[in-house]
Amino acid sequence: MRYQYFPGCSLKGSGRAYEESFLAVFRALGVEVRELEDWNCCGATAYMSVDETKSYALAGRNLAIAARDRADVMAPCSACYLVLNKTMRGLGENPELKRKVTGALKAGGLDYREGVKVRHPLDVLVNDIGLDEIRKRVKKPLSGLKLASYYGCQIVRPFATFDDQDDPVTMDRLMQACGAECVDWPLKTHCCGGSLTGTLPDAGLRLAYIILNEAKKRGAAALVTPCPLCQFNLDAYQGQMAGKFGRPNMPVLYFTQLIGLAMGLDADELGIGRGIIPAQAALAGR
Amino acid sequence: MPKKDHKTNGLPRVGFYICHCGSNIAGTIDVAAVREYAAGLPGVAVARDYKYMCSDPGQELIASDIEKYGLERIVVSACSPNLHEETFRKAAAKGGLNPFRVQMVNIREHASWVHTDRASATEKAKDLARAAVARVVHHRALERKRVPVDPNVLVVGGGIAGIHAALTLANAGKKVTLVEKEATIGGHMALFDKTFPTLDCAACILTPKMSAVKAHPNIRLWTWSEVEKVEGYVGNYKVTVKRKPRYVNEDLCVGCMECIDACVYKEPKFHDKFNQGLGKRKPVYIDFPQATPKVVLVDPETCLQLKTGKCQKKCASVCDRNAFDFGQKERSEEIQVGSIVLATGFRTYDAKKDKQYGYGRYPGVYTALEVERLVNASGPTSGEIKLRDGREPKAVGIIHCVGSRDEKSNKWCSRVCCMYSLKLAHLIKEHSGAEVYNFYIDMRAPGKAYEEFYDKLLGEGVHFVRGRVAEVTDWAVSPEEEGKLVMRVEDTLAGIVRRIPVDMVVLSTGLEPQADAQEVRRRFNIGCGSEGFFQERHPKLAPVNTFTDGVYIAGACQGPRDIPDTVAQAGAAAAEALALIDAGHVELEPNTSAVAEAECSGCKTCVPLCPYGAVSFDEAKRKAAINEVLCKGCGVCAAACPSGSITQNLFGDDEIFSEIEGVLAK
Amino acid sequence: MPLERKIKYEKDCDREFADWVTSQTGGENLRHCIQCGVCSAACPLSLYMDYTPRRLINMARAGFKKEVLSSFTIWLCTSCYSCRAECPKQIKVTDIMYLLKRRAIEEGVYPKRFPIPVLAREFGRMIFTFGRVDESLLVANLFLRTNWLRFLDMAGVGLGLMRKGRMSFVPHGIEARGQLRRVLEAIDSEESKEAAK
Repeated sequence: MRYQYFPGCSLKGSGRAYEESFLAVFRALGVEVRELEDWNCCGATAYMSVDETKSYALAGRNLAIAARDRADVMAPCSACYLVLNKTMRGLGENPELKRKVTGALKAGGLDYREGVKVRHPLDVLVNDIGLDEIRKRVKKPLSGLKLASYYGCQIVRPFATFDDQDDPVTMDRLMQACGAECVDWPLKTHCCGGSLTGTLPDAGLRLAYIILNEAKKRGAAALVTPCPLCQFNLDAYQGQMAGKFGRPNMPVLYFTQLIGLAMGLDADELGIGRGIIPAQAALAGR
Repeated sequence: MPKKDHKTNGLPRVGFYICHCGSNIAGTIDVAAVREYAAGLPGVAVARDYKYMCSDPGQELIASDIEKYGLERIVVSACSPNLHEETFRKAAAKGGLNPFRVQMVNIREHASWVHTDRASATEKAKDLARAAVARVVHHRALERKRVPVDPNVLVVGGGIAGIHAALTLANAGKKVTLVEKEATIGGHMALFDKTFPTLDCAACILTPKMSAVKAHPNIRLWTWSEVEKVEGYVGNYKVTVKRKPRYVNEDLCVGCMECIDACVYKEPKFHDKFNQGLGKRKPVYIDFPQATPKVVLVDPETCLQLKTGKCQKKCASVCDRNAFDFGQKERSEEIQVGSIVLATGFRTYDAKKDKQYGYGRYPGVYTALEVERLVNASGPTSGEIKLRDGREPKAVGIIHCVGSRDEKSNKWCSRVCCMYSLKLAHLIKEHSGAEVYNFYIDMRAPGKAYEEFYDKLLGEGVHFVRGRVAEVTDWAVSPEEEGKLVMRVEDTLAGIVRRIPVDMVVLSTGLEPQADAQEVRRRFNIGCGSEGFFQERHPKLAPVNTFTDGVYIAGACQGPRDIPDTVAQAGAAAAEALALIDAGHVELEPNTSAVAEAECSGCKTCVPLCPYGAVSFDEAKRKAAINEVLCKGCGVCAAACPSGSITQNLFGDDEIFSEIEGVLAK
Repeated sequence: MPLERKIKYEKDCDREFADWVTSQTGGENLRHCIQCGVCSAACPLSLYMDYTPRRLINMARAGFKKEVLSSFTIWLCTSCYSCRAECPKQIKVTDIMYLLKRRAIEEGVYPKRFPIPVLAREFGRMIFTFGRVDESLLVANLFLRTNWLRFLDMAGVGLGLMRKGRMSFVPHGIEARGQLRRVLEAIDSEESKEAAK
């Protein structure tokens, strides 16, 4: 098994722990993961508000590079995952747009080809590697750990390719395979505030607080997420929330960090210490 | 009178007629130019154009020309033969010509309606005219066969549609077999408490009709049965019916229900399908007290005797009629009928598919059918509105259009949900005094006295919020919302998003085709529309007919409809069947295939290809044989025959090749 | 209380704007809207909006150009796609928000120093230069251009991230910056050619 890997800007910056744990887990599973050569920013949500065609061209450059290899591309960041998939669909549905974008890529010496598969690591872990295999690899089960699994928006919306749009379950099943318990709660795919936490904190922080507070009310000791922006908003802004709403004091971990812990990998290797809200107490010495 | 003259050069004399169809054809095609062109074609003795060929004067034109010009063939260039071929054949017959010597050219659907360029459309009409004139020369005189119609009728489905159709036919003196797959007739209507807009009790108006079915000397009622196979043709169908075992002799059981009391299971503990799973039943059961026939049945999945063979069989021992028969097996019976009424009904949308409404996740969320049982005096709570946890709801939200008007599930409006939601709102408020909210997108109340019913509800203080609910959730933002189900919705008339906490949510699920609609469609050789409901022959003018003669449809199997419309349609289907029966015979189209025995090699290629079972193999002669009564004229056998020994009337090689040569010649 | 005229005359409606919206990628199904409001109810930000998404859609197809482009609503969208997931007519509401934002930026009708359009612009500028985005630089830039006080307010967050090694100070660009520029410039020249037509 071999995959290409599109990190995106967050995983090289504030989401460094996501990259560290993601690579560590796949290394331990014996799966080859190769970073896409000289990738560029996917454009995220912001660039779409500036220029539509250029947004598609930005993502198109990455897809053209990925098409040189036949292996599927893993994009752990929700925004990257969505933008790359949306670009493929958009170009497929709109011949005029495709003509413009492929023409521009050609001017840069790039050849856009269809058929690249961009997938989320959740999808790969559950559907390619399988829960049985994960269960077999668990050395230190996360028994007694109560988690609220929080998916955020863009993994399941608007394209629900590998999980349900209103009630996704893949991450819950992975966490259960690792021995943890997942609380039943209705905010799995509600918005974390996105970039509003920075630009319009009154609105953004409220949304982030609602999620943390509800997870706490349901008895979760930590939140688990597959998205770097969600992790950032929910973890780094808890201090700012305190003044406005209350202090949730809830650690927010990447699902890859918890799988790594269950597989017996070292906490430092998984970037556990990079959380603004310390996770040690919740993880109780794991 | 000249029979043949120099003008047609010895060819049969052809009359050519082109229709303007108002501006439908003449607006795009130069009708006069086509007429002039056709007048010069070989064999054409007269060519005319007329505003409406299908009108009486138009038909008269053909009839009188036949005598006046000694016409031997007719070509009519107009609309689809589906619409008017019969009209022009009759006109020809009136003029003394064999009706099968007529050929139609469809220049409306095939030219004027689909083209915008007048010159090219006109050229196309000329090409088609040339082809038809070349073809019609080869048309032979044919005769229609008459076969008698069996006066017995099969009605499939024992809901209100099937019940009404069966009673109408039986009252007219016809023998009817009514087949129902459940253990009782009554269908969905038997589940309802009251009916809108009159609020009369569903059971009070339905059960007398159910009893009338059971008691009628002309009706044979087969419940717990399904149609397996249909063979034959209009007027003469052979139908095989599967009779499932009840493990109780239907003729002996009187429905005293002592066996149910005696069952070794002291308490009912199994899923009660009739009560939508809200109640429990024993392995030996009857759906409801007025079930028809009033006969118990045993469920082989849960009965100890049937599962293990080891039970004290207390049920059988208390039965003084000796009705129990644990050795009963499924059996098939064959019946002969002349016509069939399909009234197989609908199913409701699976509310679990709309996860945002939490059905199956939150116990306070119900489907409308479940609430029908809750408000019903003979239902699992004896008519009290009690939640699954025993609480009485103080606030109830009813969500309209669940599984309707939604591209993600069903696009159509289910027609009845607005009205039944109003009815349930009224009943819930009456039974429990709860605050009731209706969340609707558009209020659709177009039936007789329906708008007045809506007005009544407005006056009763039921809340109406115009907006589709986005989510039902137990996530609370304030203390008042704790422990409640919160409905997030935009009050679109106010332009403001609201969160409304309730104790009970009712999902007004839409109507869908039955799960097995496609299988049933194939079994009866009829069609389904793109949404899966049975296809009527014409949406306005033949709403209960299908494309298979002698098979009629009634009720919600054709599309969502309410009880008044269903009953009206069932009456119409019965009338269509009566018209067929009283005609006494049907005429069969002569476009059938035949085997030229001398040339048949006996290869049997054609035998399995025939979709109607009309081709058989004569072992003695080692030749294929076609039953022309069963043959529908599809032409598959003629096309497949390697030796060319099968020919089909009206589609002979000479006819088809001349037509092709005609259309290609310039 | 001063009187304000609220009536809309037909001449005030911009049909061209309505046609433009429905002709854009994402705007295809807009005219099929049945105004059920499920988009507004699903939207996590509708509680702050001047017009709910449903109203905005109706105003767009009626040609209320000025109100639509200057609305606060379009800038509050976080692209969570809840509206699109629930829409019974499969209207791409999120994409409509994007195209309205682009038009508003083009026509210069958004609140000056309002941080959201500034973020979009700075984001674009950074990609154009480096090919990648450095979050810390982006955020610092944003606050410097919009709200000094907020910058100070955020110092705590920044310090925490720095301590945990989650902040970088050197922008990491891609190697093939020239190639990326050629691609993006090719689109500019293609679009100016189209505009000339």
